[in-house]
Amino acid sequence: MLDIKNLTKVFGKGTVNEKVALTNLSLHLNEGDFVTVIGGNGAGKSTLLNCIAGVFAVDEGSITINGMDVTKMPEHKRARFVSRVFQDPLLGTAADMQIEENLAIASQRGQRRGLGWNVTKKDSQHLKEVVATLGLGLENRMTTKVNLLSGGQRQALTLLMATMNKPSILLLDEHTAALDPKTAQKVLDLTRKITTENNQTTIMITHNMKDAITYGNKLIMMSDGKIIFQAEGEQKQKLTVADLLEKFQQIGDENDRILLS
Amino acid sequence: MLNLLNVTFMGILRLIPSGIGEGLAWGILALGVYISFRVLDVADMSVDGTLALGGVVTAVLVANGTNVVLAILISVISGAVAGAITGLMHTKLKIPAILSGILMMFALYSVNIHIMSGKSNVSLLKQPTLLNLLSDWLQIDRSVINIIVFALFAALVIAAIYWFFGTKLGSAIRATGCNLQMARAQGIDTDSKVIIGLAISNGLAALAGSLIAQKDSNATVDMASGAIVIGLASIVIGELIFKKNLPFWAKLAGVIVGSIIYRLIIMLALQMPFAETYDMKLITAILLVLAMSVTVIKKRHHKKEAKHA
Ligand SMILES: Nc1ncnc2c1ncn2[C@@H]1O[C@H](COP(=O)(O)OP(=O)(O)O)[C@@H](O)[C@H]1O
Ligand SMILES: [Mg+2]
Repeated sequence: MLDIKNLTKVFGKGTVNEKVALTNLSLHLNEGDFVTVIGGNGAGKSTLLNCIAGVFAVDEGSITINGMDVTKMPEHKRARFVSRVFQDPLLGTAADMQIEENLAIASQRGQRRGLGWNVTKKDSQHLKEVVATLGLGLENRMTTKVNLLSGGQRQALTLLMATMNKPSILLLDEHTAALDPKTAQKVLDLTRKITTENNQTTIMITHNMKDAITYGNKLIMMSDGKIIFQAEGEQKQKLTVADLLEKFQQIGDENDRILLS
Repeated sequence: MLNLLNVTFMGILRLIPSGIGEGLAWGILALGVYISFRVLDVADMSVDGTLALGGVVTAVLVANGTNVVLAILISVISGAVAGAITGLMHTKLKIPAILSGILMMFALYSVNIHIMSGKSNVSLLKQPTLLNLLSDWLQIDRSVINIIVFALFAALVIAAIYWFFGTKLGSAIRATGCNLQMARAQGIDTDSKVIIGLAISNGLAALAGSLIAQKDSNATVDMASGAIVIGLASIVIGELIFKKNLPFWAKLAGVIVGSIIYRLIIMLALQMPFAETYDMKLITAILLVLAMSVTVIKKRHHKKEAKHA
């Protein structure tokens, strides 16, 4: 379903700031896989997701989704297959637009946007039902501007927008890191519910090792632009936070953030 | 003394109709600026060139016998094309928006003189402009016709903008202006949206130019100098009067109201004994600074209130 082959990404090539963010990285995902990604700051986790989403052009290697080579496809076209939730809750929605307008825009992902109404009466009713599945009461505030929502509400909305028309791959980049613990847990629960219901192929970056073990069927650990450890299925289920910490210590890539979690 | 006051007062009263007409026509420019600055969040300065382009194209075409309706249409299209080129410079060549606009305005100065075959102005006096034709046909005074025609155009433009930004395409443009990253993640080709938005914005500036040239019976190469500031002043004044959480069409109407009030303030200020016509730009600048500082002070006040609450 997702096939990444020998991916290399270099920032500032040929300058003094040259930084190899991904080195010859390969990764294969099957339909319905939920992969958690851990690794220290600067390991290249976000860069990996940004390359899959088409935000950055890659230097070498290829990315194939559902058998289609998308390596050179621009970001907005790739959005048909790939959807994202960012760490910053402000980034996922258009603040000055209404809840239903945001949802309508997301529902049109991959379609031509012509001169038909953005939100018809029929859409409005349908979107209302979709939002009700969040269980946050947002269905009664469909014409409220998004900038009046809390960070958690916005992130839940972004998650819904990212998954409502069933993308091939869902990319989550520490999407609960900016939320308070209680809200973060709610959004995580929601993530699990939606991805399970849709059998949604997902890559989730997290700095919380417990979450990395609890969620998903695969786990990868990154360091210095490479995947240094992978576990799946039963092997992953048996992992403990102590195991992961030990792995980090072996490579000398522990940092405060990881020790804290 | 009383007599003098009386004379000025009468003078001002007599100026009001022309102020309203002027405000309505320039209000269409302000709507164009609203689309670039407020909806798209792109600081586009091209309108200084495209407003004059609209006036110049209309004047040359009408003076050479083209039907005025066709002339207006061609003016709008030429403004839109210029705006699209600014958009291309900004999105595809990665030239900062401000500079792209300044370059377009700069280049259009020469283009506009070329269109006028090397002259710096073209007269529309006694020519079959929309205003002259309607005034003759309906036997209504020109200053009244001005207001009726410009009000109709302003209403039409507001209705069109309101409709367009409610469509899927229009909403994609709004999302692009609001949150570029979100727009791309939702599969919106943001480059093309910026280009379309700037085309519309500058098409409106050219429409305003066409109407202004017909009103003044004259198009000159520098008829639009400072248009961007005038547009912004109108928007900010409108926003001062109209509350923030109004529906979109009311915000658009607020821009027109802002433009009319701006014109009346300027006219009033120029009636002061010490003021000269060339003080208009100074007064405009001061007005804009004042209006913007009121907004800032209001915001600070709100923040304090929120803290105390
Ligand atoms: N846009 C960019 N320009 C230059 N360097 C970047 C950019 N994005 C990331 N990097 C660098 O690439 C490396 C990997 O970054 P990133 O993928 O954000 O790490 P992570 O998400 O694992 O913390 C870091 O050294 C970072 O400084
Ligand atoms: Mg990161």
